[in-house]
Amino acid sequence: MEKFAPVKRSVDDQPLRYLIVDDSVFARKNLAQMVESFGGQVAGEASDGVTAISEYDRLTPDIVLMDITMPRMEGIEAAEKIVRSHPEARIVMVSSVGYQENIVAALQRGARHFVQKPVKPEVLYEVIKYVMRDEPATSTAGAGA
Amino acid sequence: MRMELIQPFINSADAVLAQGLETPVFIENLTMEEEAYRRKGIAAEVCLSGDIEGRIIFDVDEATALRFARQLADFEMPDSPEMAREAVCELANQTIGNAITVLNDQGFHFRVRPPTLHTADQGARSSEDTEAVVLCLSTESGEVFMNVALRYGSSAMNAAAASAS
Repeated sequence: MEKFAPVKRSVDDQPLRYLIVDDSVFARKNLAQMVESFGGQVAGEASDGVTAISEYDRLTPDIVLMDITMPRMEGIEAAEKIVRSHPEARIVMVSSVGYQENIVAALQRGARHFVQKPVKPEVLYEVIKYVMRDEPATSTAGAGA
Repeated sequence: MRMELIQPFINSADAVLAQGLETPVFIENLTMEEEAYRRKGIAAEVCLSGDIEGRIIFDVDEATALRFARQLADFEMPDSPEMAREAVCELANQTIGNAITVLNDQGFHFRVRPPTLHTADQGARSSEDTEAVVLCLSTESGEVFMNVALRYGSSAMNAAAASAS
């Protein structure tokens, strides 16, 4: 996989910590490989929205990559619940279902960005840089690795 | 089946496979199927409900599925049947997700459930209003069979009737 200049937390120069949420283990492993190529660390994984919420509370990651169509609870609802209790959460929706209505719903409920599958690493990389641009104001630094 | 329903799935399968496998894709043997569906290998099924109802099955034999998994994985992948199944489900998810994106942007609204593995050797028989279209997508790594059985849902039919009256 192509190598990217590491994207780090500007407050402490530590690698970004990711929570990857997708019901497909194949998709999770591919996304994990991508974020590691961006210099990030996978703090945790979840396969549904309910687990994503509890894993967010436990890990307070810098970024969540969140699928939409999942069992138990869909990603948009999970994103809304996470942002309600953690307004600083940076959630990027990553889904093959990229119609306008879905994108608008995700952004209105607190997601910061949307990437359509199949994911191109260079696209995800630019999105990560974009959503981290306001880091000093809303940093979750101190969450621990 | 109406061709405007099937075309987004053909276009999407072509694009997703060509990008993921980095190989040309040839569409072969597009047929209408009235007989019961017969599974060929690892089959992932996605069901839709709403303005468009029905199901799409993405079916790949096991050896081809393993080749696909190796090509699609950006990680060190064990040659396991589980990974082959996961790869087929993810390909189905991406193909069907991209197709319904197009249909939704055309004004159709529906819900999609996550892919499930279709384990029966034989599925339900098609009916007159949900006749299935079967197509074979041929790649250098093997063939993918896509079985699409969709119809307009009652809400879409009512809307069409209302606008016609």
